[in-house]
Amino acid sequence: MAKRVLVIEDEPNITEAISFILSRDGWTVHTHSDGETANERIKATPPDLIILDVMLPGKSGFDILRDLRAEEGTSELPVLMLTARGQARDRELAEKLGVTQFMTKPFSNAEVLESVRALARD
Amino acid sequence: MPQRQLTGTRIRERRLDLGLRQADLASKAGISASYLNLIEHNRRRIGGKILNDLARGLNVDASMLSEGTEKVVLDQLRSAAVEQTEVEVEIDRTEEFAGRTPGWAALVLAQARRIERLEGRVQALTDRLAHDPQLAASLHDVITAVTSIRSTSSILVGEEVIDRDWQTRFHRNIYEDSQRLAESSRALVQYLDAPTEDGGAPLSPNEEVEAEIEKNPDLLYALVSGDRPELPHLRSRAAQSMMDGIFDRFAADVIKLPQGLFEKTAREMAYDPEKLARHFEVQIDVVLRRLALLRVEDGHPETALAICDRAGALTFLRNGAAFGLSRTGFPCPLWPIYEALTQPLRPLRQVVMFQGNEGQELLCYAVAVPTSPPSFEAPQLIEGVMLVIPRNPSAKRTDLLVGPGCRVCQRSGCSARREPSILSEIEEVHQTF
Repeated sequence: MAKRVLVIEDEPNITEAISFILSRDGWTVHTHSDGETANERIKATPPDLIILDVMLPGKSGFDILRDLRAEEGTSELPVLMLTARGQARDRELAEKLGVTQFMTKPFSNAEVLESVRALARD
Repeated sequence: MPQRQLTGTRIRERRLDLGLRQADLASKAGISASYLNLIEHNRRRIGGKILNDLARGLNVDASMLSEGTEKVVLDQLRSAAVEQTEVEVEIDRTEEFAGRTPGWAALVLAQARRIERLEGRVQALTDRLAHDPQLAASLHDVITAVTSIRSTSSILVGEEVIDRDWQTRFHRNIYEDSQRLAESSRALVQYLDAPTEDGGAPLSPNEEVEAEIEKNPDLLYALVSGDRPELPHLRSRAAQSMMDGIFDRFAADVIKLPQGLFEKTAREMAYDPEKLARHFEVQIDVVLRRLALLRVEDGHPETALAICDRAGALTFLRNGAAFGLSRTGFPCPLWPIYEALTQPLRPLRQVVMFQGNEGQELLCYAVAVPTSPPSFEAPQLIEGVMLVIPRNPSAKRTDLLVGPGCRVCQRSGCSARREPSILSEIEEVHQTF
């Protein structure tokens, strides 16, 4: 059965591009664009891996990650965090909150694909 | 103890001001000259009768000798000393320093205040870059659009075949994102160009002078009528003095080349600096500066003027930004003004095209002239002057392509490159160059 990845990103064109390359790679891709309801969505249908943007409407990616790590069922869920802010303190915060991998935009498709594959193997 | 030290210093200064010898004052005060010497060098505490006698001998009130320098000044000096960590300062001698050399003390305080102001400004700019929500939002928009375009376009150019519907969708996405990128980059540039809260204060006296001339071009144009305009109020004394020097210089050029006659002849000679210099029997650099004072509104060509010193530093720049000349960073060494520096007194005429403003040729006249008398004892100082006149592209091959400065120049294979570009280099696509 194909592994499921949830892309939480509010930019539809980025979501579409990521979804396309992951689907082509054999993943079942689900998408979500609202920060506020992201944790409920994850809880309802837990994916095998999450690609999480930082700046989301309603709730930031950092807050979503914090809540994920606090929940027993998702505390170990692989999370690839994407951000347009590559500052050291953002990376540090993400690491402190328990991110699995942190990637700054603009990324290449190959980088995303490689990271997702690596996270799925771990 | 410091109080005692200052008193002695004041006594000595007052005595010297009056032209009295130590022996004269000592005699008036009923003490020995050697004792007065110790007092003046702050090695003896005095008060009461001796202080009053000395004050009488110096014709001042005793309190003027005994009162310390204002406490606030001393506190500020001590604070300035403590706040820096690079030099060990004799803080216990602050009062002596302030008393003996009040001018230097005032300078130290003024500089400490200036450093504090500048540090505040640097901090504000840093905060602005790091935390300004508008800047962050603009940059986020740009990066988001770039990410989307990059990701989508790399799918399209990939080796795998994509069905037609997806292709259409991705093309539409790229189009939308490119529109968004154009808008967000324009907004970003506008934001960065906007004045800052402190009025967008220029960073150097040169920039201050040029900003004032740009804001009020009539300042220079008034000189051609023979009237010297009142100096504008500028923030720094250095800028004020530089503006004064610029007025002197352009006014002197106007005396050599009076407006009515020069304007008429310049038109007749099609603004040819060589012909004009010969006709008026002046150096070409005078003509170049003078041509820059002809107004577009009077039907003359638009011009930019750059002046640099022997090190290549721009000392004057007017309208430069319109044609790609900038004092930001290190400029492109290919501009003819720099070549002129290598051949003083030899006028150069060169047509250049500024990368980033393709389609407009720039006719550049440049010359370097001595600015100091010849001497065996000192290096010969020279100055480069360049007049830039834009013109429509000719069928003729453009002589030279100049860039905006290596850091932001994308031109590849340039032999004049002094450092790598922070942008990725691009291959030359303009085959005409």
